[in-house]
Amino acid sequence: MDELLLRKVRIQDVIFGENTEVANHVLRINREELVRYLKEDQRLKSVEIKIARPGEKKRIIPVKDVLEPRAKSGGTSTTFPGFLGTAEPAGAGITSVLDGVAVVTCGKLVNFQEGLIDMSGPCADFSLFSKKLNVVLVMKPVEKLGKYEHEEMVRIAGVKAAHYLGLAGTRVNFDEEVRFQVATWSELERSHPGLPKVIYVDMVIAQGLLHDNYVYGVNAQGSLPIVLSATELMDGAIVSGNCAAPCHKNTTYHQQNNPIVEDLLSEHGKTLIFLGVIAMPVRATLLDKERICTQVLKMAKLLNAQGAIVSEDGGGNPETDLMMLARLFEKEGIKTVLVTDEYAGRDGASQGLADITPEADAIVTNGNGNQYVVLPPMEETIGHLEAIDVITGGHAGSLRPDGWIEMEIAGIMGSTVEVGAEKLMTIAI
Amino acid sequence: MENVKVVHYLNQFFGQMGGEDKAGIPPQIKEGPVGVGQLIESESRGRFKVIHTIICGDNYAAEHLEEVESTILKWVLESRPDLFLAGPAFAAGRYGIACGTMCKAVQQKLGIPALTAMHPSNPGVDAARKEIYILEAGDSTRDMRRVIPKMVSLSQKILDKVPIGLPQEEGYFPRGIRINIRAEKRGSKRAVEMLLKKLRGEPFETELPLPEFDRVVPAPPIPDLSNAIIALVTEGGIVPKGNPDRIEAHNASKYCEYFIGDVNDLTEESYQTAHGGYDPVYANEDPDRVLPLDAARLLEKEGLFAKLCDDYYVTVGNVTAVASATRYGHEIGERLLKEGIQGVILTST
Repeated sequence: MDELLLRKVRIQDVIFGENTEVANHVLRINREELVRYLKEDQRLKSVEIKIARPGEKKRIIPVKDVLEPRAKSGGTSTTFPGFLGTAEPAGAGITSVLDGVAVVTCGKLVNFQEGLIDMSGPCADFSLFSKKLNVVLVMKPVEKLGKYEHEEMVRIAGVKAAHYLGLAGTRVNFDEEVRFQVATWSELERSHPGLPKVIYVDMVIAQGLLHDNYVYGVNAQGSLPIVLSATELMDGAIVSGNCAAPCHKNTTYHQQNNPIVEDLLSEHGKTLIFLGVIAMPVRATLLDKERICTQVLKMAKLLNAQGAIVSEDGGGNPETDLMMLARLFEKEGIKTVLVTDEYAGRDGASQGLADITPEADAIVTNGNGNQYVVLPPMEETIGHLEAIDVITGGHAGSLRPDGWIEMEIAGIMGSTVEVGAEKLMTIAI
Repeated sequence: MENVKVVHYLNQFFGQMGGEDKAGIPPQIKEGPVGVGQLIESESRGRFKVIHTIICGDNYAAEHLEEVESTILKWVLESRPDLFLAGPAFAAGRYGIACGTMCKAVQQKLGIPALTAMHPSNPGVDAARKEIYILEAGDSTRDMRRVIPKMVSLSQKILDKVPIGLPQEEGYFPRGIRINIRAEKRGSKRAVEMLLKKLRGEPFETELPLPEFDRVVPAPPIPDLSNAIIALVTEGGIVPKGNPDRIEAHNASKYCEYFIGDVNDLTEESYQTAHGGYDPVYANEDPDRVLPLDAARLLEKEGLFAKLCDDYYVTVGNVTAVASATRYGHEIGERLLKEGIQGVILTST
């Protein structure tokens, strides 16, 4: 039986230094070396590396993605397979994690869908990224770079930085080791007779610029659903290029630390058997939606699943996929729970989903993205504050003359994230 | 507010006029409290003073709802209370609908806080739960002693502008307004727990009860297209370059109307998309891909229809609240009707 050893190196501070290394729980970064490495991509005109720590009065905007530094030691596979080195299956061997650190990609706006992270103040309550030691890459593309290339450039830079920093973790002692076994399906089938078998369907949006995800480096636009082990997700098999709305963008970080995977694993062998993950592309046309949902159903039946958790990615048309899948699963007797968020209007009085079906009788909601918040000014902006007036969740006048910001939490990275990483939810009053 | 002046609505039975034989009596107004009203006064320890009691037969109210409503609005306006209470109606359906309707009218049209109480099965709940607080009551008068204190307590909170607790704390039916709160456990954990309950056949509670969506009946075909004026409308966010009216990329707060009477083709130089919900590159390259003006002009020239409307309407339908979208749809529709438009090409993204 394959296994993955996840070795966590706890990091308590990040500073710049002569070498990129970890010592005494402090990550030092050789800034010049990292910049040189990233600038191998000639589309990158300039990149500034900034550090933002929890509690500091810093605001990061516009944020494209967040990743956790992870790298493998030994073996031939790599983290973020398909992006760096090989594309051979990850999810086994040894993976080191810089626990407490995140790489945040930032800089000139690619398009409206990018978000905001505050390191203190009320916004910090909405996002786990406010509690991380963030290594922020503020990037500027060369002149006249098209939007697609610009997006690809920042995405790849994030992956490279997360891998580069992760390597520092492979060279030091770890603080905690978690062992994950990767069982075959027949082993799973025999392992705990009587327990219900459960799959997790991880929707990954695949609809164009800033609405794409990459599985093993392949844009999910061109892919049918694929079965992954939980450990492949931990090794970065899914990289997010999606920013449908910052609040419910499943970032690469959320996929590496997918909380639904974690919570299913914690019940595995006790109350259920966790069969694995189906990464499910979400396309825009009905034909594609039908093709992909029925393929997911086929896989679930082949795996003999009795229960399923389905998490949405994005909002609006992906709710068609969510509801279609609930309908298909429930008709086949596969008990289904949907995980989503809502857009119920600023007053909370509107219907929050774009599509529904009577079979969707078990829904977990991660909050109303239209909630309006007012955020105080910070001492330092990393990136471009003026973007607030045009990004999702903001509006003309979001940046007030007094420096305060008024916006919907839709603009806060991960505030209503649909893999259920936060505690926000809605109730009806 | 120290003393609270109350007008109280009762049916013929609780108004001590008689039973079913008196269900046909029209509304009448009496000085002071009747029956339940006295209980309300004593429960408030004298703070509430029922200045008038309005009594109406259940059948009369059911058969003349609008007339009863306008009579009661007139009386309440003259009486000028601080608070309007109705019932409790328990499981009595006609009474419940009257209580709900009267409370809703008084609160919405006169701005006077109003509330009532009834059993969950009472059709009066759905008649007014979105607009007013309706407390949950049992199905018979046996529940009177429990529910009256709740009515008094919630009324005082509303009047004193004290924060209102959650539905289960205060005992009212959720009005359907969704607010964000923080749960004890993260969403993923709640999902796993909900699934385990579902797999075991145990009761579970969805966090998002399904809303009911309208069904829009398609309009009949246009009998004579060659004489029809056709308009272009889109939720795809095509706006003049620079987005002069700043339509939001998401949850748009408005729709806009732009003149295209002298435009035959939308180009990258003069138009763009403001929509944050789809890949904008193709739309920006050629905005006709979302708002098909060039094709419409060709068909206009060919005489397929008489004329293209000189203005087009646009909003951004990207995680836009359904309530806003419904309003924009109605308003745009009304404006188009006024302009004599017979048909619309509505493009969506």
